[in-house]
Amino acid sequence: MEKITLSVHNLKKIIGKKEIIKGISFDLKEGEVFGFLGPNGAGKTTTIRMLVGLIKPTSGSIQIGGYNIEENFEEAMKHLGCIVENPELYPYLSGYDNLLHFANMLEGIGKERISEVTKLVGLKDRIHDRVKTYSLGMRQRLGIAQALLGRPKVLILDEPTNGLDPAGIREMREFIRFLAEDEGLSVLVSSHLLSEIQLLCDRVAIISRGTVIKTDSVHNLLSNRERVVWRFHPLEEGKQVLRSVTTIEEKEDGSISTEYDEIKTAQWNKMLVEAGVSVTEMNRKMPVLEDLFLELTGGDSIE
Amino acid sequence: MNKLVQNEMMKLIAKKRLIVIAIIISILVAMFTYAQYKEVERQREKLGTDDWRTMIQQTIIDQQNRISSSRISDEWKKQLQIALQQNQYYLDHDINPSEPGAPTFMRIFLENSIELFIPLMVMVIASDIVSSEHSQGSIKLLLTRPVKRWKVLLSKYISLTFAISLIVAIAGILSYGISGLVFGYQGWGAPVLTGFSVNDAGLNTASVKLIDQWQFLLMDFGLVWFVAIVVGTLSFMLSVLIRSTAAGMGVMLAALISGAILSNMVSSWESAKYFFMVNLKLTNYMNGNPPPIEGMTLSFSMLVLLVWWAIGLFVSFFVFTKKDVY
Repeated sequence: MEKITLSVHNLKKIIGKKEIIKGISFDLKEGEVFGFLGPNGAGKTTTIRMLVGLIKPTSGSIQIGGYNIEENFEEAMKHLGCIVENPELYPYLSGYDNLLHFANMLEGIGKERISEVTKLVGLKDRIHDRVKTYSLGMRQRLGIAQALLGRPKVLILDEPTNGLDPAGIREMREFIRFLAEDEGLSVLVSSHLLSEIQLLCDRVAIISRGTVIKTDSVHNLLSNRERVVWRFHPLEEGKQVLRSVTTIEEKEDGSISTEYDEIKTAQWNKMLVEAGVSVTEMNRKMPVLEDLFLELTGGDSIE
Repeated sequence: MNKLVQNEMMKLIAKKRLIVIAIIISILVAMFTYAQYKEVERQREKLGTDDWRTMIQQTIIDQQNRISSSRISDEWKKQLQIALQQNQYYLDHDINPSEPGAPTFMRIFLENSIELFIPLMVMVIASDIVSSEHSQGSIKLLLTRPVKRWKVLLSKYISLTFAISLIVAIAGILSYGISGLVFGYQGWGAPVLTGFSVNDAGLNTASVKLIDQWQFLLMDFGLVWFVAIVVGTLSFMLSVLIRSTAAGMGVMLAALISGAILSNMVSSWESAKYFFMVNLKLTNYMNGNPPPIEGMTLSFSMLVLLVWWAIGLFVSFFVFTKKDVY
C-alpha cells in the first residue's frame, strides 16, 4: 500500500523533571500533507526539533526513510528537508551562496540542482542579491529551496505561513499541495491555526500537553459533525417542533443550530412548514476544527 | 570535509571581520612606527649622536641611578638589575640590541602584542564563530543536514586556525611593510642574543647564543601563533558554551585583561602560574625578561597553555555534540 516515509514511535522528552512530550506516535505516508495541530506550548516545536535531530529524545524512536535517526543520523537526514520556525539563512550572503553553502553539506548536489530549486520557488531574478534585502516571503521561499536541495522524501515545515500576508499564505499553500501531489513528498506542517490545517492537510494529528489526542483524516474528523443553522418565525413554535425530534442549540443571534442529516433535515423542514412556521434560512455549516479541538481537549484553549 | 571548511571560510570572508582586523593592525602599526621614530629622534637630540653604544651607555647609567634610589621596591629593583646586566652584556659583546630597521620593529611589535593585542584580534573572530549561528538561528539549518555534528564543529575549528594564521601573517606583513617605510627594510641578518635565563642569583648568561634576527623572528612568530591558537581555542569553547557573542567576548576580554594585570602583581601567589592568561608572554623567555612568577620557564608555560588548549577543545566538542538546540 502507501509507503511510510516517516515513522515516530512512542517519542518522549523529559527536561529536568518535567515530561514535555509524553509518548507521541504517528506515521507519514508518501504524498500526503500531514498537519500537526496544537496550541502554543503543546509540544509541537519540541517534537519537530526531535524529528530533525536538534533535540535528543529521552526515549522512543524516529525513522526517516527507514533509517533510525539516532543510529544512522546521516542516512536519515538525507531524506529530510526542513524549516524549523523561520528560515534563518545567512543575511550577509547572497541567496545563491546560501544555497551553495547547504548544497556543500549534501553529497552529490551540484550547481544544476541549485538552479533547479531556484526556478521551482521562483527566485531566479533575485538569487544573487544578499538575503538581507529579501522580503519575508522571499526568505520563506529561499528556505524552502534550501530544504528541497537534497531531493528529500520528507519535508518538515514548522509554522510555514507565520508572518506571511494573505497572498503569501495562499501561494505557500498551493506550493505545499503541489509538492505533495506532483512531487510525491510527505509534508509535515505544524500550525496553531485551524483554518490553515483544514485547507492544507490530508490528515491531522491534534496534540495537546505533549500527547496526541487524535489522529485522523481531516475529512473523517469533519464529517458527522456538520450542522444546520435555522432561522424562522415565529421562533417559539418552530423551536417546539424541532425539539420534539432532535436536540436544538440556541445561538445568541436568534438562530437555531441542529445536527445535519440528509434525510431527516428535509423532513424537519416539512414539519416546520406544515406547522405554519415560515423558514427564512437553512444553512448547512461545515464544522471548524476549533469546535472540534475544544471538544477534544475539553477547553484547553487554542491561543 | 573540504567543502565544509570552504563553507566556513566563505562565511568568515563575507563577514569582513578579517578586513576590519587588518585595518586595526595597520592603524596601530602606523602609530607605533611614528612613536618609535619620535623616540629615536628624541634620543638623538638628547645625546647629540647616532651611535647606539652611547645610547646604551646612557640607558645603563639611567638604570643604575634608579636602582640606587631608595624609593623603588625590591622586586622592581631586581628587574632593573637584570635589564641592566643584559644591556651591559650587549655592550660588552658589541651587539646592538635594537638594530634599526623593519625586522627589529617587527620583533618589538610582536613581543609587545603577544599578550593582549593579537589575542584580542583572534578573539574577535573566534568568539562568534559558533555563537553567531545561535543568535542568527542558522544553527538549526546547519545541524539538520546529513553531516554529523562533530564534523560541523571541526570544520569551524579548522577554518578558525586558518583565520588565526592569517591574522598572525597579516600582523607580520603589515608591521614589516609600514615600519619599513620609515626605518628601512634592512636588518634581517642583524645579530640577536638569546638564551638569557633568570635565576635566584640574577641574570645567567651561561647559555646565551648569538643568532640572526630572522631566526629569532621565526621563533617569535611560532610563539605568537601558538599563543593565538590557544586563545582562539578558548574563545571557541566559550562560543560553544555561551550563546551570546557579546557575553562570550566579555568573558574572554576579562580573562585576557586580568592576565595582563595579574602578571604584574602575582609574584607571591604561586599557584596563579597555572592560569593560562599569565603564561601568554612567551617571547619574554626568549629575551630573558624575568617571568611574572618565579619558577616559570618557557616549557612550563607552553605546557600549561597546551593543557588549557586540550581542555578547551575537548569541552567544545563534548558540549557541541551533546547539547539540545532550542
